[in-house]
Amino acid sequence: MELRYREAINLALREEMAADPRVIVMGEEVASPQGGAFAVTGGLVQEFTTDRVIDTPISENGFVGVAVGAATSGLRPVVEIMFSDFVALAADQLINHAAKFHYMYAGRITVPMVVRAASGGYRGYGATHSQFPAAWFMNVPGLKILAPFSPADARWMLRWAIEDENPVLFLEHKLLYGLTGEVPETAEIPDQISANVLREGTDVTLVGFSYVLGMALDAADQLQQDDISVEVIDIRSIKPLDMETILESVEKTGRIVIVEEGPKTGGVGAEIAAVVAERALPYLDGRVIRVAAADTPIPSSLELERAVLPDVDQIATACVDSLSWE
Amino acid sequence: MNLLKWYREMLLIRVFEESVGKLFTQGLAPGTSHLSIGQEACAVGAVSVLDSTDQVFSTHRGHGHFLAKGGDPMMLMAEILGRSGGYGNGFGGSQHTSYPPIGFIGTNGITGGNIPVATGAALATKTLGTGRVVICFFGDGASNQGTFHESLNMASLWKLPIIFFVENNRYAQWTSVTRSTSVESIATRGIAYNIPGVTVDGMDVNAVYEVTAEAVKLARSGGGPTLIEAETYRLTGHSKSDVKTTMYRPEEEELVWYQRDPIHLLRDRILENKFADDVKLDGIDNDVRHIIEEATRQALDSPIEDLNLAFTGVYADRGA
Repeated sequence: MELRYREAINLALREEMAADPRVIVMGEEVASPQGGAFAVTGGLVQEFTTDRVIDTPISENGFVGVAVGAATSGLRPVVEIMFSDFVALAADQLINHAAKFHYMYAGRITVPMVVRAASGGYRGYGATHSQFPAAWFMNVPGLKILAPFSPADARWMLRWAIEDENPVLFLEHKLLYGLTGEVPETAEIPDQISANVLREGTDVTLVGFSYVLGMALDAADQLQQDDISVEVIDIRSIKPLDMETILESVEKTGRIVIVEEGPKTGGVGAEIAAVVAERALPYLDGRVIRVAAADTPIPSSLELERAVLPDVDQIATACVDSLSWE
Repeated sequence: MNLLKWYREMLLIRVFEESVGKLFTQGLAPGTSHLSIGQEACAVGAVSVLDSTDQVFSTHRGHGHFLAKGGDPMMLMAEILGRSGGYGNGFGGSQHTSYPPIGFIGTNGITGGNIPVATGAALATKTLGTGRVVICFFGDGASNQGTFHESLNMASLWKLPIIFFVENNRYAQWTSVTRSTSVESIATRGIAYNIPGVTVDGMDVNAVYEVTAEAVKLARSGGGPTLIEAETYRLTGHSKSDVKTTMYRPEEEELVWYQRDPIHLLRDRILENKFADDVKLDGIDNDVRHIIEEATRQALDSPIEDLNLAFTGVYADRGA
């Protein structure tokens, strides 16, 4: 079936709520007629009532904490954060509570919860409504971080997250919500989330996640015309990171470019580049290159914003530059 | 007979914590520890209202809450000492203990961190219809965290079965409530959230029991949360770091509160009412001291956990 990204997420929520009465949805406006600011949870309240689809006050740390407590005591909450920037308000509950409970209480407590957050820029919303905060939480043992690109992935990856026994930060992209894609009738849910080779190639490995993968695929198309064959990999799970698939590709191509929407310093790309340096240096035939946002807050003007965020040209140029050591 | 049972439980906490204090002084315990000596009537009076399936959420100063809920002194002591055989095999320590089978969900080292978590447990209780009630303990300092205000608002809105129990011991670490808190009575903060707020003498175990019993009754009948402020005092310092408490607390104030030691008050009441005589109470004292000595000895004899396990358990297994 053909579904929009937001419809695929809605379907996953519906499937999990129907299958398991412990699954609840909470967040700002989730029970509103539209179903949240990005119309993802529409219709759920009619089907599952306000007992399980709960509009919250604007209290991000509070209601993420409520979800943590509910998860310790028998529920499986899925929390929506309206803009992923606001996850910062709930950082204490995610970092010091959700992520640590299982380890610090020696396995006596589990926290099966999902925090869904609408992420990313390119929309002119400015500094507090445009970030892609994956790297903030990469440094937190005990959290998992997912970022689906296609509607099909969004559906099964969300179901995977809800069925997991750990806290999962699920980063959706605002510009993907309206895009459509083929979604299989039945979702196959594997045990582990591996990186996915979106396009095979032999000259450069181009790794990324979420919305910028669209640009990566466009860049790969362009480079094909110059006989540069690019392998595009969607890492899908930022934490844990499936480095094996990436390293296997690097052994084949000898080159790697990493693209992400967050700032370059201390980003996801920095981690991937470090592991490549630790484990695959002898295979490299060119510089490791990161394409990322500039180390600035996101400016509001669309033109200024485009200037600091990655684009197709930067990615294509990076791929060409990665071909040699120069 | 409640008073004798409470006497025993409060004394158990007191002697346990005196033992913890001694182990720290002797350098036998790692890290830090926060003693609740002087606050035992709060833990015992409030928790004794609960059924075993009801839940307690605690703070950094939580040994008393854990023991009051039925925690085993040896396992708690071993945990404080960082030993295998403790509740968390040394992974948690004093501030991060948990034992869900007895409804003790956890101590927590983030001030105010457990307030929304406890609120969420109350939401689970309501959603799943388990009939449980939750008591969330915290201090006067935590009532200045955003989590306190956000949680009271949600608990009131959703009529959750939770008791917010503030142990106002007048000092957030070394800062007096008069310098940190905009209201004279923390219980009045309930008004802002349409929650009944009551103040109780936190040195009087019977009074604590009675106000908590009323709050639990309200919560169990679907009437929503209550904010209880118990006026109490630490008869020792904030943690092992402040031996000389008169650096921040006036000596005259301390002397007044030392006269109000909740265990002495209770003992006097038992004797006055002839519920028991000195011989009987001394027997309880000896019994409790023996239990704690034995628990401490066993805890000190416990080994350190296998170091390889430090690298495991970050994530729960899928489908656990």
